[in-house]
Amino acid sequence: MLKVEHLTKMFGGLAAVNDVSVEFEAGKINAIIGPNGAGKSTFFNLISGMHQPTSGRILLDGVDVTTLPSDQVARLGVGRTFQTTNLFEQATVLDNLIVGHRLRTKSGLWDVLINSKRLQREEKAARDKAMDALEFVGLSHVAGQIIADITQEERKRVAFALALATDPKIVLLDEPAAGVNPEETVGFAALMRKMVDEKGLTVCLIEHKMDMIMRLADKIMVLDHGEKIAEGTPEEVRNNPVVIEAYLGGDEDAAA
Amino acid sequence: MNLFLQQIINGLTLGSIYGLVALGLTLVYGILHIPNFAHGALYMVGAFMSYFFMSDLGAHYWVAMAGSAVVVAILAILCERLVFHPLRHSPPIHDKIAAIGILLFLEAVVQMFWGSDFRRMSSPFTGILNFDGLIIPEQRLLIIVGAFALVIALQLFLRKTMTGATIIAMAQSREGAFLVGIDSNRVAMMTFAISGVLAAFAATLYAPINLVYPAMGHIVIMKAFVIIILGGMGSIPGAIVGGMIIGFAEALGGFYISTSYKDIIAFGLLVLILSVRPQGLFAKGAH
Amino acid sequence: MFKYASLLMTPATKYVMLAFALLFPFVAANEYQVYVMATAFVWAIAVYGLNIITGFCGQLNLAHGGFFAIGAYTLGLLTADFGWSFWPAFVAALAMSAILGFLVGIVSLRLKEHYFAIFTLCVGFIIYLLIDKWEELTHGAIGVRDIAAPYGFGVVDFTDTTPFYYLVLAFLVLAIWFMGRLSKSLLGRTFIAIRNGDELAQSLGINLMRNKILAFVLSTTYAGLAGALYAGMVRFIGPEEANINHTFDMITYLLVGGIGTIMGPLLGTLGLIWITQSLQFLEEYRMIIFGPMLVLLVIFFPRGITGSFLTWMHRKSQALAPAKKRQESKVGKADYESSAQTREAENNA
Repeated sequence: MLKVEHLTKMFGGLAAVNDVSVEFEAGKINAIIGPNGAGKSTFFNLISGMHQPTSGRILLDGVDVTTLPSDQVARLGVGRTFQTTNLFEQATVLDNLIVGHRLRTKSGLWDVLINSKRLQREEKAARDKAMDALEFVGLSHVAGQIIADITQEERKRVAFALALATDPKIVLLDEPAAGVNPEETVGFAALMRKMVDEKGLTVCLIEHKMDMIMRLADKIMVLDHGEKIAEGTPEEVRNNPVVIEAYLGGDEDAAA
Repeated sequence: MNLFLQQIINGLTLGSIYGLVALGLTLVYGILHIPNFAHGALYMVGAFMSYFFMSDLGAHYWVAMAGSAVVVAILAILCERLVFHPLRHSPPIHDKIAAIGILLFLEAVVQMFWGSDFRRMSSPFTGILNFDGLIIPEQRLLIIVGAFALVIALQLFLRKTMTGATIIAMAQSREGAFLVGIDSNRVAMMTFAISGVLAAFAATLYAPINLVYPAMGHIVIMKAFVIIILGGMGSIPGAIVGGMIIGFAEALGGFYISTSYKDIIAFGLLVLILSVRPQGLFAKGAH
Repeated sequence: MFKYASLLMTPATKYVMLAFALLFPFVAANEYQVYVMATAFVWAIAVYGLNIITGFCGQLNLAHGGFFAIGAYTLGLLTADFGWSFWPAFVAALAMSAILGFLVGIVSLRLKEHYFAIFTLCVGFIIYLLIDKWEELTHGAIGVRDIAAPYGFGVVDFTDTTPFYYLVLAFLVLAIWFMGRLSKSLLGRTFIAIRNGDELAQSLGINLMRNKILAFVLSTTYAGLAGALYAGMVRFIGPEEANINHTFDMITYLLVGGIGTIMGPLLGTLGLIWITQSLQFLEEYRMIIFGPMLVLLVIFFPRGITGSFLTWMHRKSQALAPAKKRQESKVGKADYESSAQTREAENNA
């Protein structure tokens, strides 16, 4: 599915990501963990095309996407969420989601001017797609509410739905359960499992909540100082002395 | 040869003024990430305050300069407290629009009191020094020396005092500064105050060889923006070097190319630089 | 109250407003009022342009007044100095503002937020300086006189105030119609996604440059259209048309009316222009009120009259839906906040 070979990203002489190779299988939940500043977010930014790697290759279903800009990577089926998602606060949830399907449509200025059949058809498709995504994340009931009025947890679900509306093959989730309470965390874990089981998606997430990761992930990659220090099943990672060392070596996140 | 040296002096004078204004702008940007469009208005108010103290209250030039610096510093602190502080979590477009609001307000108030006429400010330094044919008016020398002294004083303040150190710490990492317990409100107010003082000094130094009028801040602030983009937003040495580059480019360009287009030089340079390097000339990293 | 408010939102309101605009020359006290209204319409068209790039796309364009001047000068110079007649020059003015918008856009839209605003501030100033100093072409401070008026087709003569008023009104209706259609379309949604954030938009597969340039060219074309109409109406223009204060005026109109809304630009522009007109002393010192108003708006009502009204309306209609849901939300939020605090405390430890 997603294959990363010797990926390196330098920022002014410092390696944020250093020679990381990893392969994520289709239809699995893959977690990336590591202390703060380990290069997890940079790793995501490289895969999604937000940053260009200094060296290395990224293959998506065998296609080299290493140097593609992020909008093209998205069109090839890489969806993602951010730690914080800026939405249009005064518009409804549904209105915010319709644009998610934009990348699968072609209407341009001319279609808008003449209100073409194609535009009408595509707008309907985008709206349907948004409703589907909303239903999938369990938020159909807030479709008509404005963003400013929904809860923090609902916002996070909306961000999920937005990524899903792009029709991705793989989704990159950056700390999906940050800042939500334990009960809601369980809900998000279930949602991720549902993405894999019902939609056949490949999920890739960065997360600090260890108990959730250990129960949820099929495979875990551990980054520290930009380098991959371990990968494997939760069981293997949990018992890996290098990982224990990295976490006990003075980082507060292990406790979280 | 003398003509050339004369232009060098002019370039130094212009560069000194631009550098001082750009320094205030870059300090505020570096710490609060606000492009303060109202900074030119603070500069303008600085000139009018000095003019007011001198012509209406009969104050001495130096006293007027000090008084003006105090007034503008307070004004700058008020801007920070009443406008930028409440907007710190807003989308970036909001603080820019608010800054424009301040700019419009200050200009209109000054215009209400003094009208839009061009005024001349006097200065005790009216003499002209003649170094073997090279003519330097005293005021220009004062500008160069004054700017130099101010930059040194600012450096000493930033490097040697605790308050200065906190300002630098906050410019480097806002979150980091927060974690080590720096009172970000105090630093923000301090930074605005310094930027106001620098603007008032620059305006009072430059006004005697220029004119005082409500729109005088426009062109200066735009050039200051060009300078800090040139020198890297937030960089102190960048502001000084950038100020000198623009000052010399204008003095020499105005002399050798065309006087009427000399104001375009700075903006042309900016367009050119940003076309080639969207991050500015000396800026590092991808932000 | 709710009932009356919802009346304002019906399509009927638009027809009432249109009917009022059509009848205005007949109810106006004198020709001057018709003239003022026509001027207000011209500015409103330009403000709609600003709304596309700044309101929808989120890029603060401070060169907007400059593009207004480009439209005005293209029409003025072509008719006064090059002997073109009005309508060909009018089309040329639109083309010129679109082409220059495209060129400026290619360079400036690669820049992020602050850089873009500063860059366009400088572009606006360069346009002003060029108009002021390039005397061979623009006549400098003397300005351009004897600009052709639009000739009518058949019986209408646009040189009179009232026919010209209707001409401007027609363009305004066209401008609003397009804005309305754009805002509901996938294209308009694309622009709004860019306003929400470059990175998010890109992650949704949106090509930033292409869409930003499209929005920018649309906005400069609106500005050029307004400028050309302005030149055809006043028939004498000078470098002051490119003064940065015009851009600031337009930003104020946009913010007061409601940035990113459909009716906001119209309401803001008409409202403020008539207020300044009726309080003559305000003309010169309007900024004493406009300035603080801008500050207060962005702090307290960042979406202006129309936006605040729409939000309020929507909440009203949602309030009829279950109130229970809302209470749950509150609890959820409190939980989130406390857990966020805990997290922060942990990080600080």
